[in-house]
Amino acid sequence: MWILENAFLIPLIPAVSFLVILLFGRSVIGAERVHKVGITAVGIVWILSMIAAVSWITQVEDATSSKADDAEHALVSVNEGLSASGSGAVDGDLYLAAEDDGHGSDDGHGYAAGPDPVISTADGWWSSGGIDFAVGTLVDGQTVLLLVVVTSISLLVHIYSSEYVKGDRRFVHYYAFLSLFTASMLFFVMAQNLVQMIVGWELVGVCSFVLIGHWWEERPNTDAAVKAFLTNRVGDIGLLVGVAILFGTFGTFDIDSINRAVGEMGSEVHFAMLMASIALMAAVCSKSGQFPLHTWLPDAMAGPTPVSALIHAATMVVAGVFMIGRLYPVFFEGFSIGTSSINLMAFIGGFTALIGAGLAFAQWDIKKVLAYSTVSQLGYMVMALGVGAWTAAMFHLFTHAFFKACLFLGAGSVSHAAHHTFDMREMGGLRKYMPHTYKTFVISTLALAGIFPFAGFWSKDEILLGALKGQESRYLLMLVFGCVVALLTAAYMTRVIWYTFWGEYRGHGHPHESPKVMTVPLWILAVMAVVAGAFNLPTPVLELFGLERFAHLVQTYAEPTHYLNAIGLSHPGPEWEMAAAGLVLALAGIAITFMYYWRNTGPHGLTERNRYAKAGYTFLEQKYYLDHLYTDIVVGSIKAPIARAANWVNNNVIDLVVNRAGEGARDSGRWVYRWIDQGTIDNTVNALGSGADAGGQGLRVMQTGKVQNYGSLLFGTAAVVAIVFVIVL
Amino acid sequence: MVAQNIAFGIIAGITVLAALGMVTTRNIVHAALFLVAVLGGLAANYVLLAAEFIATTQVLVYIGAVMVLFLFGIMLTRAPIGRIPQMTGASWPVAALSALALGGVTVYALIDRFGTDSLATDSTVFRTADVSDSVFSQYIVPFEAISVLLLAALIGAVVLARRD
Amino acid sequence: MLLNQFLLLGALLFAVGVYGVLARRNGVMVLMSIELMLNAVNLNLVAFGLQHDVVSGQVFALFIIAVAAAEVGVGLAIVLLLYRNRRSIAVDEFDLMKG
Repeated sequence: MWILENAFLIPLIPAVSFLVILLFGRSVIGAERVHKVGITAVGIVWILSMIAAVSWITQVEDATSSKADDAEHALVSVNEGLSASGSGAVDGDLYLAAEDDGHGSDDGHGYAAGPDPVISTADGWWSSGGIDFAVGTLVDGQTVLLLVVVTSISLLVHIYSSEYVKGDRRFVHYYAFLSLFTASMLFFVMAQNLVQMIVGWELVGVCSFVLIGHWWEERPNTDAAVKAFLTNRVGDIGLLVGVAILFGTFGTFDIDSINRAVGEMGSEVHFAMLMASIALMAAVCSKSGQFPLHTWLPDAMAGPTPVSALIHAATMVVAGVFMIGRLYPVFFEGFSIGTSSINLMAFIGGFTALIGAGLAFAQWDIKKVLAYSTVSQLGYMVMALGVGAWTAAMFHLFTHAFFKACLFLGAGSVSHAAHHTFDMREMGGLRKYMPHTYKTFVISTLALAGIFPFAGFWSKDEILLGALKGQESRYLLMLVFGCVVALLTAAYMTRVIWYTFWGEYRGHGHPHESPKVMTVPLWILAVMAVVAGAFNLPTPVLELFGLERFAHLVQTYAEPTHYLNAIGLSHPGPEWEMAAAGLVLALAGIAITFMYYWRNTGPHGLTERNRYAKAGYTFLEQKYYLDHLYTDIVVGSIKAPIARAANWVNNNVIDLVVNRAGEGARDSGRWVYRWIDQGTIDNTVNALGSGADAGGQGLRVMQTGKVQNYGSLLFGTAAVVAIVFVIVL
Repeated sequence: MVAQNIAFGIIAGITVLAALGMVTTRNIVHAALFLVAVLGGLAANYVLLAAEFIATTQVLVYIGAVMVLFLFGIMLTRAPIGRIPQMTGASWPVAALSALALGGVTVYALIDRFGTDSLATDSTVFRTADVSDSVFSQYIVPFEAISVLLLAALIGAVVLARRD
Repeated sequence: MLLNQFLLLGALLFAVGVYGVLARRNGVMVLMSIELMLNAVNLNLVAFGLQHDVVSGQVFALFIIAVAAAEVGVGLAIVLLLYRNRRSIAVDEFDLMKG
């Protein structure tokens, strides 16, 4: 278990690689060889991560087998727990199957208690104002899961990039920041306290910024980078506020202590947790591209495609999902996930999944389709967490990382072949020229669409199941969202395949298959897209083959039972009907699109003929006008120089108001003069009118525009206020 | 004690007179020199208050660096050497009134609150080591924030003053 | 020694600084007067630190010195820019915001 206690080595290696590449890349190593440094470093880290995963699994096995002795007499209490927790929440058959395997439980919550997380800390990182900040690592199943995902995808992307970005003017820079990103992400997932988490969170944000703007000579790329950075800043405020609330409530930044404290205190801290959850939700919205802060993610596709695959599809954007999972007791208590039937997190997730899928239809850029698909799938994960399906969310994170990375790298391969365009209108017919890319793309599409038996089917089914059963009551709206999205996902991905790989080639030149160094990573990812679902198969499926002991591997090994037990999370049992419904929806989505494009049936040209359809299409094409809202209305109103605004206020408002008031008074005076009285009141009214006018002019004099006059007013007022406070009061 | 009080009297007198001289003189270079006298007087006051490190820093940073900066500013903006008739704006009576009101109320409040409280004589003398211990442990975050602020100011000043 | 003698000195210097900021026409002189005000505050901090037997007074005085240095740097850059654009640093000549 050495590696679990010394997990800091894992982010350290790519960090060293970053420094080596940055400092010696051009001079000592040579620009054309730096990728070998990066690949070696990430390769070592990948091996270490695998060792860590094996160590963790051994640890879980040890912990559960030592408890197996107690399982015999625990059985009685378990059955009590089962009957107490209701019929919908825990599936008896599933549970007893696990029981035979020795996964005994003595807590009555329906699943085995795993080992405690491995925490190693070095105290005295720094201290300020009497608070000591420790630094350390927290390794548990969730961390290990992310370690495997991040290092695997990163390794493949490193290899793929060596061909894709070859000859780039900033090849060294590119590999340096790829290494730094890997280091930051690994640092983030094993953060022991919230401060470290913030550091990792910001570091991945910086790497994302740098890599989106990799080709910064072109204006749209820098704009996209700045947009991503600024949008993330909005959410970071939420993160800081949320962390501050948690610190204020529990007096510690330690994640382990906070999670345990929430489990113990429960509803005592409900309000504080609600506030913290709302604040942290803002951070999740920005980092994980949730509505309404998702707009940066499609623009982030301006970066190189492997970066999109690694950062903006598989790893960095799941940081928000990971954070929710890490602090799950906080959210569980804050949003009352256990008892409600709708909550903010579930709604945001479901809504994002829906609008992301809708937007994916109106895009012509293949990467943007995939980007909106990512937004949509991230929404799925957040929704899963919102309905209490922790395992389903993490499982979907795991499977999604592989097939979405494969899709992005496939899109990169297509663009590499088709002369660096991402516009699907200039592709078509590529299946003849690029068989490997085509096959891997189709496999990943089927996985994303959730077709049996590909990986996405299993994870999506678990999410739908989570929404169907919920914790105490079902999340009906989320279930509807999830089903609609399942249909839409299959449909828009089929559209991509039609435009990219079928029909006649519409671009220039002769497309060609990418070299092996690109197709091999594609095939590895495609294989993962097929088999990744095997890591969390439900028991009834495996019973058919007598392999029950491999059921729910993610649930058994990745779940932080030490936290989730305390909050009373339950697992839904599998339902054939739900799985069948999900599959039927996905197949229907594919079938509809197939009929529309291949068989040419359905309402073609509807958007030209029907103005309602056209309006709807434009609405989608303009991304629900959110960008306009942000740039034209929100930013535009702030961007105007404050001086000009103040000047305008002086010129127009103060003058106008005062003058108008004066004039108004004067006019009304005349009105009175003319219509009511021409004698005594006349003079009074005129005096009032001109008095207001003069008052306006007098006030106008105060606005001299000279800073010292304003200063005099400031200090004079301060003096008067001070006199009031000191002498009068 | 008497010696200290005499010293304080002399220093305070010089400081206040120099301050008044600074805001009334018509010669801008003289004003800068008066400011040096004020800052030096304050450094002497810090010594009286047993704050050796602050006194040293005051001399090094203010008299050494900030004053040079001011002289550069005077030089670069081509301020005329010698007496300038229009050194004070037309609204100086308002300014004087504000300053008098503010100073008056502060003085009143101080006398009202602290009267003739004598300075604690048994308090610890914080040496440079104590100050640095505190800065680098308890106040490390503000310290880092200050360093970032200085960097930002550095870049800001370069950007502002650059000819392009 | 009395606590008040230092506090009163600080108060007087602060008032003089306020007058300088409000009355002087030259931008550099305004900045100098601001320095005077900051120093007056520093004197207060150090005096109170001694009175209450805490080191924080001195630490914050140090911070103020650092902030003041930054402020002078940026302030002089602004004055310089004004001079370059308008050939004058008389602060009462700038009244673009006049109502």
